[in-house]
Amino acid sequence: MKYAVDENGFYGKFGGAYIPEMLYPNVEELRQNYLKIMQEPAFQEELQLLLKDYVGRPTPLYYAKRLSEKHNTNIYLKREDLNHTGAHKINNTVGQVLMAKRLGKHRIIAETGAGQHGVATATVCALMGLECIVYMGEVDIERQAPNVARMKMLGATVVPAISGSRTLKDATNEAIRDWINNPEDTYYIIGSVVGPHPYPDMVTRFQAVISEEMKWQLKEKTGRENPDFVVACVGGGSNAAGAFYHYLDTPEVKLVAVEAAGMGVDSGESAATSVLGKEGIIHGSRTLLMQTEDGQVTEPYSISAGLDYPGVGPLHAHLFDSKRAIFENITDEEALQAVLELTRLEGIIPALESAHALAALDRIGAKPDDVVVVNLSGRGDKDLSTYLDRFQLNG
Amino acid sequence: MDNRIKKLFAQKPQGLLSVYFTAGYPSLEDTVPIILELEKNGVDLIEVGMPFSDPLADGPTIQQSSGIALKNGMTIPKLFEQLQEIRKHTQIPLVLMGYLNPVMQYGVERFCQKAREVGIDGIILPDLPLADYVREYKAIFEQNNLSKIFLITPQTPEQRIREIDSHTNGFVYMVSSASTTGSTNGQAVVNTDYFDRVGKMTLKNPGIIGFGIHNRDTFAQACNHAKGAIIGSAFIKALGQEGTVAENIQNFIQSIRN
Repeated sequence: MKYAVDENGFYGKFGGAYIPEMLYPNVEELRQNYLKIMQEPAFQEELQLLLKDYVGRPTPLYYAKRLSEKHNTNIYLKREDLNHTGAHKINNTVGQVLMAKRLGKHRIIAETGAGQHGVATATVCALMGLECIVYMGEVDIERQAPNVARMKMLGATVVPAISGSRTLKDATNEAIRDWINNPEDTYYIIGSVVGPHPYPDMVTRFQAVISEEMKWQLKEKTGRENPDFVVACVGGGSNAAGAFYHYLDTPEVKLVAVEAAGMGVDSGESAATSVLGKEGIIHGSRTLLMQTEDGQVTEPYSISAGLDYPGVGPLHAHLFDSKRAIFENITDEEALQAVLELTRLEGIIPALESAHALAALDRIGAKPDDVVVVNLSGRGDKDLSTYLDRFQLNG
Repeated sequence: MDNRIKKLFAQKPQGLLSVYFTAGYPSLEDTVPIILELEKNGVDLIEVGMPFSDPLADGPTIQQSSGIALKNGMTIPKLFEQLQEIRKHTQIPLVLMGYLNPVMQYGVERFCQKAREVGIDGIILPDLPLADYVREYKAIFEQNNLSKIFLITPQTPEQRIREIDSHTNGFVYMVSSASTTGSTNGQAVVNTDYFDRVGKMTLKNPGIIGFGIHNRDTFAQACNHAKGAIIGSAFIKALGQEGTVAENIQNFIQSIRN
């Protein structure tokens, strides 16, 4: 595969494992074992059974008729919002918790932005009877309160990250520091396609089930495996990586990655890394990164906690650099309009993150006969208080 | 090859005290005064921290000093400007310590050349992996007569310690226990098995113990198992006390050594 990670953990010039020596034994143990473990028949059997009966896969591929009419093309929604816990994140946490068990670890840590990854991690830890600690930015704890409540209900300890902009980046810093301090018994379940190699590749592989299903579902519904477009939002980029994966080497499928523009890319309040970032190192990976001239990481902004991250996974940096994917960005306002549109046309309330992908539908130049798949990565329950507020539906 | 770190270990093989501070903290222009004052008080080696917005390997104290230093306006160009004439005033070995990204943006080669020009002896970049260093940067460091110092931990396998030892010169930075900097879990120097295991490996480089060394006791214990020890967070806390920089340094070093 042209876009697969190479033996040193790089996608083109992006990736690698830029970690302090304290993390080396853990990351190296994972690097040496992850593919072997993932290929074990017993591992696959356990994973597939959980994906089917516990997560609820396959998720439907839904032809959104009224949305299609509105945008004058054929739109299919990949319903990751219908997974147990309400987003694609659990595809990865189910896989990684099984990995942690194979490696003999019994204390699980995770970072979370919107809280979906935190909930998905707390969920599989409850399922497996493992201790779970989730780091979450103080700002995000406030704006995603329902997910904090769910994590607590599931028995996880939620630790606020109080440094920096107190969002996803800072939660990730704290999770990495925890791992440094607990090198023997702890496994770090990273929630996105970020971090040192092998995480970006491993998380991509666990999320690749999304495009694997898309292929046969599309074939059933349209007679062809390949859509004209796959559209997905990108913070770190795990749902996009999963939705793109089986189409990466099929150039006729246009891949659209949608970033959060926040208040606008030129406003100083944005998270559109492909526009504002340049090559650098964040969280152990060489990738595109929003930073100052002096190499200090810039604090990002988006209304969507899940997209509020100053980098992208190294695979996406490579897809951008090689022009394999088209990068769009969507403002807070545009995303909110897309929320309302999908809710009122299709009766589906999307997550703020996923709404960024929906809002890009008019940008991609889809023709009336084209087939467009939008990865509806999560549902909007966690964002209801923001929605009620913004749409003035309170009281 | 006139490298001050090598000379130091040759002249004074035991009980070395190395002190880390964040450049730009507490005030932007404190860098040179702190270096000179540390030397005056008998410190043997100084690690000048280059602040980074996201210091992954650091605990709260250095996170905070880094944040303040950045707010004060510290940058790599600014630091080199401050150090431009340092060798007119002191010959104490100086090591720059920081994270890879700011150095990458400055340009690794340019950084090494400038470091040599102002008289730096060694560089510590904890998130620059050994393999990448050997592949891309080792020649540049050596051309500029800079020791590239690497960290090892209680979890580092023997084979890797030997590999690190073979690619470096100066000293091996022995992280006392699995932790971020400034950890006060009290285990700092009880890990004698690990220190003695490394000691028996008879590496070509001397070892210095760092992370968690914070007072007279922990310093003395560390010196029993290695050539010396590094104090960072505890010193930064001392710098944040009331009083002048000179007073705080004098009191702190006396509390460690005299």
